[in-house]
Amino acid sequence: MSLPGMPLLEVRGLTKHYVAPRRWFARPRPVVQAVDDVSFTLRHGETLALVGESGCGKTTTAKSVLRLIEPTAGSVKLDGEELLTLDAARMRERRRDLQIIFQDPYASLSPRLTAGAIVTEPMRNFPLDGTQSAQQRNYRAAWLFAKVGLRPEALKRYPHEFSGGQRQRLGIARALALQPKLIVCDEPVSALDVSVQAQVINLLTDLQAEFGIAYLFVAHDLAVVRHISHRVAVMYLGHVVEVADRDTLFAAPRHPYTEILLSAVPVPDPRRHAKRILLSGDPPSPANPPSGCRFHTRCPLAQAICREQKPALTDRAAGPAGDAGREHLVACHFR
Amino acid sequence: MSFTTHTPSPQPSPASGRGSSAPLLEVDDLHTHFDTVAGTVRSVDGVSWRLDAGQTLGIVGESGCGKSVTALSILRLVPTPPARHGGRVRYRGTDLLRLDERAMRQIRGNRISMIFQEPMTSLNPVLSIGRQIAETVQVHQRVGRREAMDRSVEMLRLVQVAEPERRVAEYPHQFSGGMRQRVMIALALACNPEVLIADEPTTALDVTIQAQILELLKELQGRLGMGIVMITHDLGVVAECCDRVVVMYAGRKVEEASTLELFDRPLHPYTRALMASMPSMNAVATRLTEIEGMVPAPFDVGPGCAFAPRCAFATERCRRETPMLEDFGGGHVVACFEARRLSP
Repeated sequence: MSLPGMPLLEVRGLTKHYVAPRRWFARPRPVVQAVDDVSFTLRHGETLALVGESGCGKTTTAKSVLRLIEPTAGSVKLDGEELLTLDAARMRERRRDLQIIFQDPYASLSPRLTAGAIVTEPMRNFPLDGTQSAQQRNYRAAWLFAKVGLRPEALKRYPHEFSGGQRQRLGIARALALQPKLIVCDEPVSALDVSVQAQVINLLTDLQAEFGIAYLFVAHDLAVVRHISHRVAVMYLGHVVEVADRDTLFAAPRHPYTEILLSAVPVPDPRRHAKRILLSGDPPSPANPPSGCRFHTRCPLAQAICREQKPALTDRAAGPAGDAGREHLVACHFR
Repeated sequence: MSFTTHTPSPQPSPASGRGSSAPLLEVDDLHTHFDTVAGTVRSVDGVSWRLDAGQTLGIVGESGCGKSVTALSILRLVPTPPARHGGRVRYRGTDLLRLDERAMRQIRGNRISMIFQEPMTSLNPVLSIGRQIAETVQVHQRVGRREAMDRSVEMLRLVQVAEPERRVAEYPHQFSGGMRQRVMIALALACNPEVLIADEPTTALDVTIQAQILELLKELQGRLGMGIVMITHDLGVVAECCDRVVVMYAGRKVEEASTLELFDRPLHPYTRALMASMPSMNAVATRLTEIEGMVPAPFDVGPGCAFAPRCAFATERCRRETPMLEDFGGGHVVACFEARRLSP
């Protein structure tokens, strides 16, 4: 079904608007445009990071791809098959290929199941050839535990007996249980300490190299993103403003927001005092987003046209167009 | 003539300490232990450092290393019992751990104040921002309500909240995360303190907002000259705004140096590992350096160096004896037996 060169995941015009219920006689409430017309592709075995600040819609986008949130409009294709129009039974079948690792390792594991039961449950729900019997499933669970660096005796323990880093490993083992093609990583390391964070990042990298899983990596920590991703999509207030491969984006960002975002990261080098561009104020509310380019209210380059026209995401890469890996998409009138 | 024999009090009065020659804040062999059923938790175990006016001291470490408990102990915000304090916390020569509660209240929030990590839970949701700042001012200074309210507006202006006259009447839920942290700073600075303790002030914030807040703190420090204790786990924040750094591990100070020195010549294996395990924004390493294992549970700290089980350089001696702090020159102190061998 999947052709060579065809992206694993293709997201087009993904939109999620939240409409507050209208009360009697009240004025209609504003529609919160959490995600608005977001498009990107993800290839097999690739990591695409979705970055942006809180409220920019990155988690909503990631969850919409899995239909954990039903998007309002748009298209999500996995291996060319449209997911958003699938009925419940077919969608359930497709979930085998789509897994998620959550941010909070404390809240995303059932406290009443043993670690072994947590990892075998997906296999019970979706038995494969090698996981028909309980014995086979337990065998695979033990194998997965070894893969993610948990001791075999941990199979019988309960989540509260694990540390934060170990719980995240357990979450990863659960996500791997069905040999998925895509794992959505929703801030998987932001709740962890620096030293433990390094362990989990290395683990994710190793697993990708071994199993060829694609990651849709949602994060706000740009240093982590720089380390783990192949390509990066920057979001601001529900829009994607820039997409490029990692090195291009960090070395030569084009969108003014990306530039400001990168300059804001504190550098662990006391001698290097990078010139910092400070943003004034807070992001506007997505219930009442600015017209045209959503960044124009805070943008140092803003002109009249930015208020009137929404800039399209266009390829600004030097060289021949069409190569998705070299694309540098920017949504700005001036860059 | 007994009433003429005015004996000066042995300790300088805390409120009038400004301008005395004693160091601004001196933590000397501070211990904070908790007695629990499972054993004694040595959250802070013999930590010493000093802070001078206009200086920023960073305290770094991972969760559970005792950095927040140090801050809370300075302000005596840890309930005793279950906690037990030992050592001294001297503010301009006055030992805060031995002050009575009344005298302590004269200092807390007035001479030494604190910013907490979570700006939402640290503000009262049912009082307007203005009232909360005014309350602090009225507790510590003899001012009327109107004057205190004017001070609130002035403080909001100081921390660069737009339209302070209008926003002073608003409630915490009407403020965004970054704005709430500004309010917290306004609240902490309302009485013009000499020491500001900032416990992970930007951890809950986005990077662009973090940049704004750090910039603001730097600017206010330049203008008001207070000493700042910056508690953080982010070495980037340390490099950005601290003059000196204390690295903590399992309740102890394992290394202290000036920021430049620490980044140029980290000597403790933990400090080095911490720096190596951080993903960098510049060079792209193929693989991050891991620190094996995890921070020890506070009951488990046995004899020897607490970092020894995770340390790549640990010897038999490290597992047996606790290393003392050793001076490597220029105020760079390290608690490690192997540091001299590792020193470049």
